[in-house]
Amino acid sequence: MIVLEHAAILVVVIPLLVSFFNVIIGLWKKNLCYPMTVLTLGFCLILTVNIIVSVIEIGTFSYRLGGWTPPWGIEYVIDHLNAYIAIIVSFISFIFAIYSRKSIEKEISSEKIPYFYTLYLLLAAGLLGITLTGDLFNIFVFLEITSLSAYALIAIGDENAPLASFNYLIMGTIGACFYLLGVGYLYISTGSLNIADLAGLLPGLYHSKTIIAAFGFFIVGIAVKIAFFPFHIWLPDAYTHAPSAVSAFVASTMTKVGAYVMIRIMYTVFEPRFSTDILPITAILGWIAAAAIIFGSILALAQKDIKRILSYIIIAEVGYIVMGVSIANKSGFTGAVLHIMNDALMMACLFSVAGAIIYRTGSRDIYTFGGLGRKMPFTMAALFVSAVSIAGLPPTAGFFSKWYLLLGTIYEKKWIFAGSLIFSSLVNAVIFFRILEIVYFKKHPQTGLIKEVPMSMLIPILITAGGILITGFYSGDIISSIIRFAVPREF
Amino acid sequence: MDIVGSYKPLLAISVSLIAALFIFFSGEKSRNLREVWTILAAVIKFTIVASMVHDVIDGKILEYTLASIEPGLSIQFRVDAFGLMFALIASFLWIITSFYSIGYMRTLNENAQTRYFVCFAIALSAAMGVAFSSNMFTTFLFYEIITICTYPLVAHKETPEAMQGARKYLAYLLGTSVGFQLIAMIITYSISGTTDFSSNGIFTELRSQVSNTFLTIVFFLYMAGVAKAAIMPFHAWLPAAMVAPTPVSALLHAVAVVKAGVFVALRIVLYVFGIDILSELGLGMVLTCFASFTILAASIIALRQNNLKARLAYSTVSQLSYIILGASLLSPSAITGSILHIALHAFGKITLFFTAGAIYVATHKTNISELNGIGKQMPFTMTAFTLGALSMIGIPPMGGFLSKWYIILGSIEADLIPVIILLAGSALLNAAYFLPIVYAAFFNEPQDHHNNKGGKGNINEAPALMVVPLLLTAMGTLVLFFTPSTFLHLAIKVATLVTGN
Amino acid sequence: MDFIITKYHYWFYVSLMMVGLYAMIVKKNFVKKLVGMNIFQTSIILFFVSSATKIHATIPIIQETEGIINPAHYMNPLPHVLMLTAIVVMVSSFGVALALLIMIYKKYKTLDEDEILDIMRNKQ
Repeated sequence: MIVLEHAAILVVVIPLLVSFFNVIIGLWKKNLCYPMTVLTLGFCLILTVNIIVSVIEIGTFSYRLGGWTPPWGIEYVIDHLNAYIAIIVSFISFIFAIYSRKSIEKEISSEKIPYFYTLYLLLAAGLLGITLTGDLFNIFVFLEITSLSAYALIAIGDENAPLASFNYLIMGTIGACFYLLGVGYLYISTGSLNIADLAGLLPGLYHSKTIIAAFGFFIVGIAVKIAFFPFHIWLPDAYTHAPSAVSAFVASTMTKVGAYVMIRIMYTVFEPRFSTDILPITAILGWIAAAAIIFGSILALAQKDIKRILSYIIIAEVGYIVMGVSIANKSGFTGAVLHIMNDALMMACLFSVAGAIIYRTGSRDIYTFGGLGRKMPFTMAALFVSAVSIAGLPPTAGFFSKWYLLLGTIYEKKWIFAGSLIFSSLVNAVIFFRILEIVYFKKHPQTGLIKEVPMSMLIPILITAGGILITGFYSGDIISSIIRFAVPREF
Repeated sequence: MDIVGSYKPLLAISVSLIAALFIFFSGEKSRNLREVWTILAAVIKFTIVASMVHDVIDGKILEYTLASIEPGLSIQFRVDAFGLMFALIASFLWIITSFYSIGYMRTLNENAQTRYFVCFAIALSAAMGVAFSSNMFTTFLFYEIITICTYPLVAHKETPEAMQGARKYLAYLLGTSVGFQLIAMIITYSISGTTDFSSNGIFTELRSQVSNTFLTIVFFLYMAGVAKAAIMPFHAWLPAAMVAPTPVSALLHAVAVVKAGVFVALRIVLYVFGIDILSELGLGMVLTCFASFTILAASIIALRQNNLKARLAYSTVSQLSYIILGASLLSPSAITGSILHIALHAFGKITLFFTAGAIYVATHKTNISELNGIGKQMPFTMTAFTLGALSMIGIPPMGGFLSKWYIILGSIEADLIPVIILLAGSALLNAAYFLPIVYAAFFNEPQDHHNNKGGKGNINEAPALMVVPLLLTAMGTLVLFFTPSTFLHLAIKVATLVTGN
Repeated sequence: MDFIITKYHYWFYVSLMMVGLYAMIVKKNFVKKLVGMNIFQTSIILFFVSSATKIHATIPIIQETEGIINPAHYMNPLPHVLMLTAIVVMVSSFGVALALLIMIYKKYKTLDEDEILDIMRNKQ
């Protein structure tokens, strides 16, 4: 079938095109935008499922844009790692497309809704593009597509949103420019932008200062993009003030895709030995990640705005992923990759629950959540599941990725790293059991009118919560059929 | 030892999980139906567990693998004598507690009864899970589920004190298990590539690769990680958890939760380290010291408690350490005794908690100083209390005597005469804090004539739904002395297996 | 010295970049930040484009249709093409930033970071 043959590019192109038509159709009939977005992303989901199935069956395959042979033409290379990330992204974007309808109706004025969906699709297209492309410059372009649509989406949030978005824009641009510099240095040294091609060309040049500088620029640039400590300052504001559906989507995908780019550059473009031996950046990254985990957890504990709590937790979770990547052994890497999915699901669930609470109560202060356990039983059950998961307790998904991360640190005898992971688990437990205590055991004076959120919001919440349980249970299968192949051979 | 694949362990675990769903959807509106589910699940669960006894005594091991994550890392159930023993007690006492709970909750008209029964059912599933786990990984999984789903039960009353107690409960149990047990388990896995229990210890084959200091540290991490066993200094959660409704204290904090703790502790001592390593490193001795200290200190604290449930709580702390003590002596008889004590203490202590609940329901009294003359008002309850207390002290012909007897035998085998003195001293302390209650109840005159609804001499018992269960468990302590065969068989089986003779 | 002179164009773009970065991080006025951002981005464009130049080379349009084409005679077209894309990206981010600034100005009637922080603090 021709559609399936071109699945790799269609996944990116279709949302891109539809986002363009959305503006035009929005002028004519506003109501069409929502079903179109959902349909498009549903179609993308089917395509990514197809992609991952063929990757599992036949292994890595590539798609040549316009038939140009690499390294001159742009190539889309699909292997286990990015098929896995792509399915996470398309799943989450589909889920929140459904979720967004009611939540957005309440938060932004109706004439802006077509633009919202346009940007939403653009963001999804950008994320999928980053994931699937096999070209470094292409990644930059998609990175900027995602970022630009994210800036705009965040800016339509509450009254402080434009300011938060502007700060994010400044930081994001610095990050993107650093990344671009890295691309430039590599291009000057090798004359190639194709990831597979570069991986072959670079080993001879590992001791060149230019290459080392390029690597440094890449890491710093991505660190800013994924809000890796100490470049995290933009994130809490941006995610707190964005509309609920946007923070849910953005929080659960953007940092994860950024982490994917980091993995690609550290372990595909460069060989693992470059970042472990030649330029021992993994050691430094590991320590910073430990700091990020501790710092993020403690700051999250100090907040009382639910979205801000979650934002600081993301900073800690990014630390988890980077730590797993920088441990540079099989378990650590498996843990990091598994955690990308688990964290995406957990953040999706938590932010969508936060959105549901805001939708019904209009408050983000956790001390006003009293009595919600009775009024919104299903949403709160989802909150409970994700809280258990984020505290890293079995049998949820969060436990399994934390298990691998801990195993990785212990293999390397990095006790302080293990300690930071445990510390963050415990702090997360404190944070969430405090919230759950309020939700279930405190009374609220004015909960009379509050009821469960509409179905279109509830179902995505429950799906993500169910996802946390199910992926936890099938972690073994996910690892043995996908992640195992994504681990660099050198580990 | 032949291993047989069987669905039974999975069934035993999932029965109450499925029941929890039914209970949840029946809800407060059809409360009778809801209670039917609880009792049905309890009976079915016990039947399934009991049906495995025969196979296990025959030397079979039932196994079921739920999910395999990596070689050496799986969620797997394996029914051996030790696990079956724990499962048998927990599932049997659940039936009795179910009736008692219904009586208790309805009489007091408690709030959120559906949540109560749902959490109770899940807690029982998790306790079965701990009992049947074949490796540390699965154990940890269910151990944490117990912690989480009993948290709402502790906080059940939703008062500030209840919340405070529940927070403490969660902080201790979660903090230690994630902070220590998880790390210890991952270290075990990283060294040996497996967490499967083995009757001569996981580390035995790797003895040459691991240094003594390292093993010692791992052992302490493990022991600190099972705060549910309430070894001092990790005991403070248990008295704090007494804010829970009495049936919760009875089943969970005398049977399922704390016994899961000592069960896991014993698993670690006997199946992860194995007695050879522990005696070689002298770690058994260290554990003996900790347990002895806990026994004495908790008994002395118990003496000073005026709240009946608090006294029982400290008594539990002390009695749990008997079990740890028995295992730490590392001799066959002591291990037999310690395993028997899991069963016998369960019957005795649940009786005592049931009576405390019955007294509260009938008279709303919680303090020991108010119990003067209550024996005339509640003769059945207080008789049961007396039986339970005698069993705790270890006077024949009560069940509690048996396990102490075996532990004393074991300490002679292990050449540790001070332990015998300790046990005797502790029995005296037990007598000192239980017998005054019995004396006051039967022989003192009631002080508050006007508050006494039924009037002097009139019988004012709790509802039959509560009194019958507590009489049954009290009878149980007696019966177990005369016919301990099933439990004794299982315990001896475990002891011979792990000691190798 | 030789190191500096032979690579003078790189030093030029590095200094431009630092000017831009300084403005983005230190300046309190949002418009100045934005100008800094633009300078920063432009310096990268310069860097890319300058990397494409070859001495005595011409624009990459092949005139002779026969014979061997010597790549040393033509500048590398790819960096230019890449930069066309990058310029598009930069222009759009500049546009988004300006739109944001308008929104911010409408709300606070100022574009100075300290003043806005004061306003926000007073509100609470």
